[in-house]
Order: sequence, then structure tokens, then C-alpha cells
Amino acid sequence: MRQTLDFFLNGERLSLADEDPRRTVLTWLRERQRLAGTKEGCAEGDCGACTAVVAELDPAGRLRYLPVNTCIMCVGALDGRELITVEALRRHPVQQAMVDCHGSQCGFCTPGFVMALYAHYQADGSAEREALCDAIAGNLCRCTGYRPILEAGERAIGLRGDLKAEHEERRAMLASLPATSALVKGFAIPATADQLADFLARNPHATILAGGTDVGLVITKQHQDLPEVAYTGRVADLKSIDERPAAIEIGGGVTYAQAYAALGAIHPDIGELVRRLGAAQVRATGTLAGNIANGSPIGDSMPVLLALDAVLTLQRGKDTKEVKLAEFYTGYRKSVLQPGELIRSIRVPKLPAGARFAAYKLTKRIDQDISAVCGAFYADGSTVRFGYGGMAATPARAPKAEAAWPRGLNAACAALAEDFKPMTDQRASSWYRLTTAQNLLRKFHAGIGARALMEVTA
Amino acid sequence: MKAERPLSGGVREALPHDSADLHVAGAARYVDDLPEPPGTLFAAIGMSQHAHARVLSMNLDAVRSAPGVVAVIIAADLPGRNQIGPVLQDEPCFATDKVEFHGQALFAVAAATIEAARRAARLGKVEYQPLEPVVTIEQALEKEMFVLPTVRMSRGDVALLDKSAHRARGTLRCGGQEHFYLEGQISLAVPGERGEMVMHCSTQHPTEMQHMVAAALGVPDAAVTVELRRLGGGFGGKETQGAVYAICAAVLARLTRRPVKLRVDRDDDITGTGKRHDFRTDYEVGFDGEGRIEALDLTLASRCGLSADLSGSVNDRAVTHADNAYFLPNVRIVSHRCKTHTVSSTAFRGFGGPQGMFAIENVIAAIARRLALDPLDVRLRNLYGEAPRNVTHYGQVLRDNILHELLPELEKRSDYRARRKAVQAFNAKSEFIKKGLALTPVKFGIAFTAVPMNQAGALVHIYTDGSVHLNHAGTEMGQGLYIKIAQMVAEELQIDIERVHLNATSTGKVPNTSPTAASAGTDLNGEAARDACRTLKARLAQHCAETYKVRPDEVTFSNNQVLIGAARTMTFAEVARGAFFARVSLSATGFWRTPGLSFNREEWRGEPFYYFTYGGAVSEVAVDTLTGESRLLRSDLLHDVGRSVNPAIDRGQIEGGFIQGMGWLTMEELVWDARGRLLTHAPSTYKIPVASDCPPQFNVSIYERGENIRDIAHRSKAVGEPPLMLALSVYQAICDAIGATRDSREPVPLEAPATPENILKAIHALR
Repeated sequence: MRQTLDFFLNGERLSLADEDPRRTVLTWLRERQRLAGTKEGCAEGDCGACTAVVAELDPAGRLRYLPVNTCIMCVGALDGRELITVEALRRHPVQQAMVDCHGSQCGFCTPGFVMALYAHYQADGSAEREALCDAIAGNLCRCTGYRPILEAGERAIGLRGDLKAEHEERRAMLASLPATSALVKGFAIPATADQLADFLARNPHATILAGGTDVGLVITKQHQDLPEVAYTGRVADLKSIDERPAAIEIGGGVTYAQAYAALGAIHPDIGELVRRLGAAQVRATGTLAGNIANGSPIGDSMPVLLALDAVLTLQRGKDTKEVKLAEFYTGYRKSVLQPGELIRSIRVPKLPAGARFAAYKLTKRIDQDISAVCGAFYADGSTVRFGYGGMAATPARAPKAEAAWPRGLNAACAALAEDFKPMTDQRASSWYRLTTAQNLLRKFHAGIGARALMEVTA
Repeated sequence: MKAERPLSGGVREALPHDSADLHVAGAARYVDDLPEPPGTLFAAIGMSQHAHARVLSMNLDAVRSAPGVVAVIIAADLPGRNQIGPVLQDEPCFATDKVEFHGQALFAVAAATIEAARRAARLGKVEYQPLEPVVTIEQALEKEMFVLPTVRMSRGDVALLDKSAHRARGTLRCGGQEHFYLEGQISLAVPGERGEMVMHCSTQHPTEMQHMVAAALGVPDAAVTVELRRLGGGFGGKETQGAVYAICAAVLARLTRRPVKLRVDRDDDITGTGKRHDFRTDYEVGFDGEGRIEALDLTLASRCGLSADLSGSVNDRAVTHADNAYFLPNVRIVSHRCKTHTVSSTAFRGFGGPQGMFAIENVIAAIARRLALDPLDVRLRNLYGEAPRNVTHYGQVLRDNILHELLPELEKRSDYRARRKAVQAFNAKSEFIKKGLALTPVKFGIAFTAVPMNQAGALVHIYTDGSVHLNHAGTEMGQGLYIKIAQMVAEELQIDIERVHLNATSTGKVPNTSPTAASAGTDLNGEAARDACRTLKARLAQHCAETYKVRPDEVTFSNNQVLIGAARTMTFAEVARGAFFARVSLSATGFWRTPGLSFNREEWRGEPFYYFTYGGAVSEVAVDTLTGESRLLRSDLLHDVGRSVNPAIDRGQIEGGFIQGMGWLTMEELVWDARGRLLTHAPSTYKIPVASDCPPQFNVSIYERGENIRDIAHRSKAVGEPPLMLALSVYQAICDAIGATRDSREPVPLEAPATPENILKAIHALR
């Protein structure tokens, strides 16, 4: 068993045996490597000041450039990858354009923007405004108002040349890293799902670390020790997306970014929802399975998956079983998932011909915000399923409203008030949640899509 | 002589920010990036878990014995005073027998690592006797709890309200705002000999940090030096709010005799530092049939938190800006400064001005709605005009008003009238989505209302190679102050800007400074730097006159050359070298104080402002009436910066200020629970604008005919704060869209921020 973390930092091959793999990449960069270009803005993955780029080969051998929030990423998650920080860039077109367009003022967020745009540039991203907005939706700037940064992104991409040779070199470099499993100071990096299941069977209370978008905060904000960690990021057989005639089977290690196209193909509202889920940095590492397992009542994937009646395959040791998502949650952040059990895959049914569907997300800010209310609606003849987030202690269906639907919109809206007694918190009041939950149903009834407001122009 | 080429980097050039190349390379150093001296310790604060409580006991044994902990301090460990109030002595650094906000500092810990310090800071065992907290403005008004006496001012006879043909009244609310500078609060204290302390602080007010640290250490001010090259954003949040952290770092450094760095975690920063004041405003207005205001009765009340901090000046500015651009013939303003058990509210870009202007713009909108007029017409009719309609409610005569030219130009450029019709047509056909349109003006007074603060100093050295070392009292927080002043120095000395080296701001270089605030950085510090340059030029001219037998006025500086009489030309460096050998001092200080300011705060009459800046904005929005979501579709800004020293920098301030103001008025919501705990203390719950919130059509123009009537900063105008208030157009456009949901003469009851929930509430209330 390998007992080192093997990766590249800005082209330099490292093999770390003594580093704590739980340390955040940001702390490691700033305190151990004395690379201070990457900044800490929030230490919770919401501001993007710490953005760096991870280059990796996916299981199919394709080169990927991922923007990541280093503040909530564990050093252990760098295994098998290259970390590229702002220090590696030498007057890159993105940097030059940022200077020429006056894209920095106080400059503290700037390295993060440069790296987010660099990831977009390297990954053949488009110069369209909406694509650029998405590329930097996870980066906060308090000074410029973003207009010059968007202009810089557009200009830089306009200057993009042929990157083939650079990509080839990097692909060869990454291919030289070991793909075997590793265990470093209690931090397990299994290479197969069976190794992962085996480690979890022996260490049932190990923390499962996937994208780290939640676990990272346990480290940076709650200051908890995590004695055993099982990292899913290198488990190749959890990363498949299987297209079947009536469903998509999404592996437990598949990130939002990877699942985006397949999910969006089911219905454009799902694409829009995933586009608004976290930001590029979160979608690059966060997984659908992680969102389900974490079980937040405001997790954005669940209403859609409930409305589509998704089925989970759980694995414990060598045993697997299937459970409907609708039967998965048992209470606030509680589920039927047993210690040592993992979500092997998620089966997301496609829409049958003639079925109607819509999904909406309500937030204070349109991009990179967490739902106050999220609603997804499915109707196919007499079969209706309404999935809601933000309305109860868990993401939930609305059985009374579903039952009342055949009696008409008003009956369904009235029944919704019996399905849910939502809470008041900093995101919204109980009144707002219930009122808009009903109004989302009205929108579904009227056939208004999720992007209706987005498509209005001056 | 070499071929003529223009001076590089003089005024009017759109140069990039002085550190732009460093920013993009990650090579610009902020306090946390400075190499830590060997042995540096890391500090964290132990914070109150109650908003209002008696502290019965505090057991810090577990903190002291936590791994890595080197020192723990409480109030009694401060060698000097336990005080951080910048104006009144009304706020302790460490709470002792009682706590008055959730998050107030109780103790501080220094440890070997930041992680160890933060873990240890959570281990304090504090026994509280909880007391009822006063959290809201309404609670404070009911209990008559104020941090400062209520201000009452008036002009004319507000009783004329009763005689007006039309009247409207209402209650308005606008929320506070978290600064969310991307670089959090931080101080690094490095102890020296004899009680000296060198402080590296991210602060807009080095001198105040110096005073605070010296007083807490019980040493003379001269023993403390505060230095910083740049801040990662300030926006007013680093004017007074860094004091606790600077003091803790300094005192821990003194006790341990080791450098101590205190970098505040984001959640603790948002919880523990002050914000923009939220306001409740009650108004009654009387007006004629064309919408002209005849009398206005306005009561402002703001949440100041536990102490006065800068609330006096902030609320004063709300009073002086409650007219915005409009002549108020008869007006009475009452201003309450409410004490609450929340963190002390503080300076934030606009400094009370936005809240005062928020009020009057809503009053105008209410008048327009009552009379079914286009709000723009009501705005134009109420603008300041010719005498006697050119005197503010506090008696200052407007000598530089340009709104009667600027607004019609904006109206035309933005195609306001045609778009008004288009919006009406859209709304007539669209059931769920409504559009709104609004044009709002800005008039903003420039000067610190506290007259003594309108001063600045500078220090300029010329070296014998002709390079120049520049220091001034201002701090660089992203606003481009350093590059603008460098341009002014390059222009004054007639040397290329590459020859001007910018240095970290330091209380050891330029003493007794005002904060970099009130949009006045370029005006004050630029003029001080020019003053130093003029002194040096005079010395050099005298030296040349004596050496080459010409009159000093025959020596001129032009484009890196010094022309001496008719025949002789030398380079600037040659002259500098010659002056050195002739034993002429090549170092000079400069000073500036703004002339002519006077304000009688007893009478509320005088000339508190040196000049005014003006601007206008048109915004168009779309609102989803089923969910309350809104989107900004297009904004047209036309803003007056006089004759710009650097149009690129000024444009950045206009755009950035506008988006920041839009955030304040739309999505940025501070939520306290009934126990006085701030629930929105992280970027996951407190949402500032992101790229997609920038309007897809964003037409930003500097008013071409702008020129400061005052001879200051090359006839440019202050630009830091005023553009923030252009965002009132966004808020008013949202009100306009909500108004379109119902044919009514009632004002739109929208509270700011215009979150989806507040918008939906307003739509329902209008039904």
C-alpha cells in the first residue's frame, strides 16, 4: 500500500509522506510552501479568493482543468493530480487582459479570478457572457462590480491560441503518477469501489470525503479532528455515467460538472438548476452522491430526484441494495444509510414521452446561493410527483398536494399547506416559503420554465 | 536634445492601478503575506455568546492549558486603557462585567499556530446572567435608548404641511450592510525596544490604530508605528473596526515579547465588526398638484449598536443628505441614534448619505404615485434651481449644481421616455413578470463634516538619480489613490511616473493623519503631495538661479527637463545631483487643509461641504410577481468627477460603487434573531453581488463637461462614495415594477433590501 501523496505542484513532482492529508490545500500552500498568491477570503468555499486549478485525467483519460476552492480542499485530494497556482502563470493572456481592462482594484480577490478564468480558458470555455459569468460565479469581488473582469475574460479568450502541445505535455505528466490505492496517516485513497467498501467495512465511522464542499467546513470552521477519512476521488469505478433507455445511472463519485450534461438532457430546467448549484468550483469537486448523503433539507439536487423518483444503490462491504430516494431520509440530516455504507450509484429516470416537468430554485441571489425553496414537479397523466426542498426537515415529496392535483390547481395549493409547515430562518420566512411553494406549483401549471425571468431583456 | 515625447503618467491619463501587475501575479503583498518574523505567535479572540448579559465569572483554565497556547489576556492584562471608542469613550476593548453584543471580545489567546489559537479560544467557560437584549430600532425607540442625543433641525415652517393641497405619509426601512472586504481584519504586531511596537494593520486609519495601541499599551504615541502598503478592501469597515484586533496583537506581543499576528476568521469578522446603519424613516409630506414639495416632516432613526463609534457623523450626514437633489422649502428633520445590543454600526461608503437619500427618493416616488405622474417629472420639478431655490436645508448655497443639465442629458442618452412607454406596453401584456424603470439623481457633499479632519500631509524625497520617493497620509485600499497621487506628483515635478516610487503608508513618515475616508483621499493627500513638490521645486529653482545666474522664475520644469533661463536645459536628475552637491535639502513635507469650511452644529447652519458631486442613473428591472425574484436588465450611469485625474480609475469607482449599492438595496440582508445574534455571518448566508448581477447592458459615462469649481486636484472631484447612491435607481425601478401590479395611488410598501421575500410582501400588501 502506497503511503505517500503523489502529485504535481506547478509542474514539480511531489511525494509527501509526512504531511497531514487533512490539512487544507490553502494552508499547505501559504504556510508550508510559502506561496502566498492564493488568498483566504472565507475558508468555506463561498468567495473564490483561494481558487487554484487542478489538472487531472478522468477515467477515460481526458485531461480536465478544474477550478477548486483550496480553502476547503484537503491536501490528500491532490493525489494523482496537478495543482496549478497563480505563481505558475507568467503573463498569461488572462493576467494581461485583467491589467488592460482594469479588472483589479484592491487586488485581494484577483488571483482567484485569474485562476477561475485560467481554468475556463484552458478548458476551452466560451467567451459568451453567460459562460463567463458561470466561470466566475464562485468568485466574489467587492470593488469592481465585475464589468471589467467579464471584459478581461472575453478579451483573453479571444487571444487563445493552440494549447494542444501544452495539454499533451500535461497529460503525459499526469499519466506518470501512480494510480494505486494509498493510505497516509489514516487518510485512505482507494482506487476501486471494492477497496473503498472494504475500508469502510473495517472503519465504519470513517468520514467519507468526496468533493469536500461540506467536510472541508468541518475542518476549517468546526475545528474537528477526522481520525479516519475515506476519499472517493480516485475511485475509478464510481465515476461512470451509464446512459440507459429509460434512466441514467450516475456513479457515487460523479461530480456535478460531470453529470451536468446528462442531467440537463433530461430537462432544461434541471440543467439550469445544476448551473445554479454552488459555482464552478463547487461543481468541479462536489458530487451528487455527497449532496444526497449529506442530507441537507435545502440540498438542491433532491427535489428534482424526488420528482423523477430516483433510486439509490447502496453498498456495504460486498452487499448492495436499492432504496428509493423518497424513502431514504428519516429525519433532519438522518437517512437509512448505515455506518460503513456508501452510495454506489443513483438511478435517475428519464422523462417518458408526454410527461410534464419543471424545476425552480428560489434564492436571494440568482447565482451561487442556497435555496430558500426549491421545487420540482412531474406530471404524467395521473402520476404526479412534487419534490420540495426548504419546506421541511428533509427534502420531501408533497403527498397531499399530489393527491389533490387532479382536483385542480387551487386544491393542490391548499393541500400544500397541509403537507408543509416550513420554518423561518435567515433565508426566508415560513410565509414566503409556503406562498412561493404554492406559486411554483402555479408556474408549473401555467407552463412557465425556470429561465423565464432570465430571458427577459431590456 | 532628444526628441519630444509626452510626459509619461501625468494627470488625465487612464493608467492601470499602481499594483495591477502584482495583483494578477499574486505578488501584491497584504499583511498576511508578509514573511512572519521568527517566533511569531498567532492570536484569536474569545467572543461573547450573548447579546446582553452580566458576566458572572470567566474561567479560562482550559484555554491556558490547550495545546500550543502561550498567553491569554483579559481586560485586566491591558497595561493601559481598555477602550476603543473613537469619539466617545464608550466601548471597551474587552468586555468585563457585562457584554453588550453577541460576539463582543472577552479575552484573547496567543498560540503557536492559528489553528491552536482558534481552537483554544472556544474553550473559555463564561458564566452569564442573560439580560433582555434590545435588538431593533423600534425596541430602542420605545425604551428611549440612544447612544447620542437626538438631533432636531428645521428650515421654514413645517406646519405648512396642513395647508398643502396634497399630503402623503409613510414608514420606510432600509437595511444595513456588511462591508465584506475580501481581506478580513488583520494585525501583525512586532515588538521592539523600550516598549516600541511596529504594527502592520489592514486599516484605513493608521493614526487611530496607533493611538489605540499606544493607549492600550500605556506608551506614548511616538513609540508605536503603524504601517501598511495596501488593504484588500475597506469601504469604511476598516476605519475604526480594526482596533480590537490591533490592541490584542500588540498587548500579546508585549507580554510574550514575540511578534503576534491576529487574522480574523470570516465568520468572526462579520459577527464582530460593525456595519452600515439600518434606518427606519417616518415621513409626512405636503405637495402641490404638480408634485412640488411644500413641506416635509422627516424622522430618521438608525440602529447604532452598543456604542457611538462614528454614529454621530454618520447620522449627521443622513440629515444633510435627506434632500438629495431637491429643494425642501419647509422641512423638519428629527434624527434618533438608537442604542441596541448589537455590534456598533460604523462607517460604510456613503456614511449615512445613502440612507438619507433613500428616504427622500421614496418620498418623491410616493408623490408621483399619488398624482399618477411619471416619477422623473416629479424629480425634475423638485430639483434645486435658481435662488432662492438653491439653498440647502442647512443653509449652504449650491454654487456648482449641474443636475439641470446632467439629468436631461441622461434622460436623452438612456432613451428614458421611449422606454417608459415600452415598459408600460410590456406590463400590459405580461401577467407574471413586470418591468420597472427609474431615473434617480445623486448630489453628494464633499468634506469631512468634522472640520479638523480635512487635513493631510505628505513626504517627498528626491534622490540624486532623480528618482522620487513618495509618502502621503492616505491608504491604498483598491480605490487607486496611490496611482492618482503619483500622477499628480509626476505632473507637478514634470517627471515620468516611472520615476515616482510609492511607499507603504506609515505613521512614522506622515503623522497625525485623517482616515482615508469621505471620498477625500485624492483631494487631501494629492494636494499635500503637490505642496511638498512645490517646495522642492522652489528649492531646486533657487539653486539653479544661484548657480546659473538667472531669476528663479526663469527656471521651469517640463517633461523630465529643467529649463534654466533661455539657453540651458538639464535633466531633472542632473539638477537633483547638482542640488545635493550644493547642500540643498531634497526632502520636503507637504500639507493641505481645506479652506472655507464652517458649520454650526448647534444651529445646523453653515457650509460643511467644500463642493458637491453630481450624477444620475437609469435602471430597468424585471420582477417575477409569483416569487419576488428580480433582475437588473440595464443601467445607464452618467456621473460627474470634474476633470478626471485618471478616467480608468474613476470609472472603476463608479461601476464598483454602483454594484455595491445595488447589493445593499437588493440582496444583502443582515438578519438578527430575537436574541440579538447575527444569523447571516458568512458568505453562504450573506449574499453580495456576483458577476451575473452586473446588468447585461451597462452604459457608464463620465460627464464630459464636469469641472470642479474649486481649484483642487486638477479640478477633478471626489469619486469614492457618490456612485454608490446611483443604485437608488435600481431600487426605485423595482418599486416601479411592483407598482405595475396594481392600479393604485398608494405608495409601494417595499422595504430594502429588495429581496424576493420583501418584493413579494410588497406585492401582497398592495393588493
